[in-house]
Amino acid sequence: MSIGKTTTSRRTFIKTGAAATGGLLLSFYLPEKRLMGAQGPQRGPAPLAPNAFVHIGTDDVITLTVHKPENGQGTETSIAMLLAEELECDWKKIRTVFAPINPAVYGGPLQGTFGSQAIRTSWTPMLRTGAAAREMLLQAAAERWGVDKSQCRAENSTVINLSTGNRTSYGSLAEAAAKLSVPSEIALKDPERFRIVGKSMKRRDTPVKTNGKAVYAVDMKVPGMLHAVVLRSPVIGGKVASFDAAKAKAVPGVKDVVAIPEGLAVVAENTWAAMEGRKALQVQWDEGSNSNLSSAGIRQLFTELAAKKGTVARNQGQGEAALASSAKRLEAVYEAPYLAHAPMEPHTCVAHVRQDGCDVWTGTQIPGATHSAAVQASGLPADKVKVHTLYMGGSFGSRGGAQVVSEAVRVSKAAGVPIRVTWTRDDELQQSKYRPASYARLAAGVDAEGWPVAWTGRVVCSSFAGLNNGVDREAIAGLADVLYAIPNTYFEYHEPGLTVPTNFWRSVGHSQNTFFSESFIDELAMSAKKDPVEYRRQLLAKQPRLLGVLELAATKAGWGSPLAAGRSRGVAVVNCFGSYNAQVAEVSVEKGAVRVHRVVTAVDCGRVVNPAGVVQQMESAIVYGLSAALRGAITIERGRVQQSNFHQYEPLRIHEMPVVEVHIVSSTNASGGIGEVGTPAIAPAVTNAIFAATGKRVRRLPIRAEDFA
Amino acid sequence: MAVIDFNLNGKRQSVDAVPQMPLLWVLRDIVGLTGTKFGCGMGLCGACTVHINGQTARSCSTPISSVAGKSVTTIEGLSADNDHPVQRAWIEVDVPQCGYCQSGQIMAAAALLNRKPQPTDSDIDEAMRGNICRCGTYVEIRAAIHKASQYRVERSSGGAR
Repeated sequence: MSIGKTTTSRRTFIKTGAAATGGLLLSFYLPEKRLMGAQGPQRGPAPLAPNAFVHIGTDDVITLTVHKPENGQGTETSIAMLLAEELECDWKKIRTVFAPINPAVYGGPLQGTFGSQAIRTSWTPMLRTGAAAREMLLQAAAERWGVDKSQCRAENSTVINLSTGNRTSYGSLAEAAAKLSVPSEIALKDPERFRIVGKSMKRRDTPVKTNGKAVYAVDMKVPGMLHAVVLRSPVIGGKVASFDAAKAKAVPGVKDVVAIPEGLAVVAENTWAAMEGRKALQVQWDEGSNSNLSSAGIRQLFTELAAKKGTVARNQGQGEAALASSAKRLEAVYEAPYLAHAPMEPHTCVAHVRQDGCDVWTGTQIPGATHSAAVQASGLPADKVKVHTLYMGGSFGSRGGAQVVSEAVRVSKAAGVPIRVTWTRDDELQQSKYRPASYARLAAGVDAEGWPVAWTGRVVCSSFAGLNNGVDREAIAGLADVLYAIPNTYFEYHEPGLTVPTNFWRSVGHSQNTFFSESFIDELAMSAKKDPVEYRRQLLAKQPRLLGVLELAATKAGWGSPLAAGRSRGVAVVNCFGSYNAQVAEVSVEKGAVRVHRVVTAVDCGRVVNPAGVVQQMESAIVYGLSAALRGAITIERGRVQQSNFHQYEPLRIHEMPVVEVHIVSSTNASGGIGEVGTPAIAPAVTNAIFAATGKRVRRLPIRAEDFA
Repeated sequence: MAVIDFNLNGKRQSVDAVPQMPLLWVLRDIVGLTGTKFGCGMGLCGACTVHINGQTARSCSTPISSVAGKSVTTIEGLSADNDHPVQRAWIEVDVPQCGYCQSGQIMAAAALLNRKPQPTDSDIDEAMRGNICRCGTYVEIRAAIHKASQYRVERSSGGAR
């Protein structure tokens, strides 16, 4: 391609040029926020080079190339909707391609989809680029017909000459449009006039996901490829001391055993032979420093740390001093376990390392991080390494620069052939990076009427997003930054110094902290003998959007109305990823078992691109959070993760699925995130309902019968 | 190694494999049909569900030797054009998110409808509880099975498709 004329407008720049294949090519920049790091949240690099492309072919096909991979959240559809809105094109003519990673083009290491940012970062650039292309096509048509552009109208991938009624297709105008300048001023539609954005659209990826044709990394095959599985230390952080591969190599189909830093890779003609070969490996492990690590020991450590002063993470108003002067003091300890992501597709990567370069095919949330991992493992220059992004069979935070990438690259380099490394389910649960366990010792001071005056706590949680002045902000997100009008807040933080690998998990710090904060505020309400919705309502008077979702969820759930015998309700709210959510759970407790019958949820995520997608994501996020609340726990004994498969880490199944009613607040605010917003509130909504039914306060997850029966 | 003959999606198939090798890996790595997915390897998640002689089976836990002489249907063999009533319903309801478990869900649903053309919600719970969806598409799966049931009735009564 040759990049020609450029226009720079507020925060979006668009370049045009002729594509090698003809037609009109617009290249532009989709901004990225950086992951929460040691420096806290930051904007990505300045837009120096385009990283997204729209091509309108002479055949009328519109190709959108973006780096927002599809892990099930529907961005393939919603981002295309933004383009189509201003481009005035035939929706069926859009093709979406996941951008291959080329650092020369992409600039930053964190191109991808995370933090529920896909729509938030795409909204304006996609609309502007669609509008720019439309204006250029209109201009090309006007010049062809010798009329003023105002005499032309764009509609459904054609331009209509309003004076003659003549029509011509976008494809027929693409070559001429490519020779024009990008308009310097681009006026966007009034959102009230949107025809596509805000309407429920069918997902573009559904047909290939109903006939087995969608290609995930597990399905990727390249000529000459062999299969590998890796045996890693059963003890977290352990290493191979010595091994005997003779029996493994004797397994039919096994070709070789390759030692890599991550463990021992068994290379075979097919995946099953590799798995059988792995069983036959004889290994002496150097168990390292974690051979005595256990969940009980970690809990003991957390308890001890929580008794000591930590690093001050928040101090507002009179801070801790306000506790002493309050009329009444409430204290509670809350706990959350390690969690695995457990996507349905185990981590898998195909790599082909050659002397002159390396290709990697995998499902990745962050192709930029995958690229960095492959560069490092291959030892090749960055521009010789190419990442091909495939569909992800779920991710939930786990697929970034995943370990499987460096494993596949190293094994391919050693074996000299393309290699597919497949993780098995036990790898997925036992060799993963986990949502960190967390321990919060909370104390609140209330006045004589039971209204909170002080909100304080001490949090022990492994850092997973980086320390800033000794504090991991994500470890206290949604807890120290209390949503409610409480004048004095004070929090301390302890990094416990464990070496259990940790990672982002759907909704990140909010996944545990909303359970802590929304349970504890419920305790305050109950202690004040006030209705939990009314108590929150009073304290959210200055938070109109939170108040809005609370009122809507409460109304739709029939809060306060009589329930069927044995049923109770609980409520929780959250503000995360730029969106607002309230949930009311309706549960029953019978014979020591909790059954969640109905969840009514209200979400305010600003302007909605695809309402059907919002409903899907809310349902999905609720199931994900409910699975964890009811049963999710990764536990450790003698340094080993004890859960090996779905019988010990069992997600919610269809017969346990509650009715979920999603209500979307109509909003003209900027779009918020949606992929993670529904996960945090479900656990406290359920445990608050358990309290309403039993008078027992569940203060640790997962929910255990012994804590309420 | 042993040569094992069976019928795969209506055609004769012969493979040379270790007899204990699960059907899943024969399909995926030897025959090259990758629509059937690996999820757990222990018959716990249902991602690998296929039909053997019309009944659902967990291909990850089915040795290829036990398939000799039998008829196997995979997602690729369910229909020629993605137009089996269950597939049509899945598309209409827009069931999949990540999509990874959906081949198994669709095969389980198709077998259910063969057994019970008009299943109740509790029939659906019973037939589908072995299939995990981590994206939580259960509401849509249930709706799509009811819709597929209607499509089958319309098809068998010669009504509009």
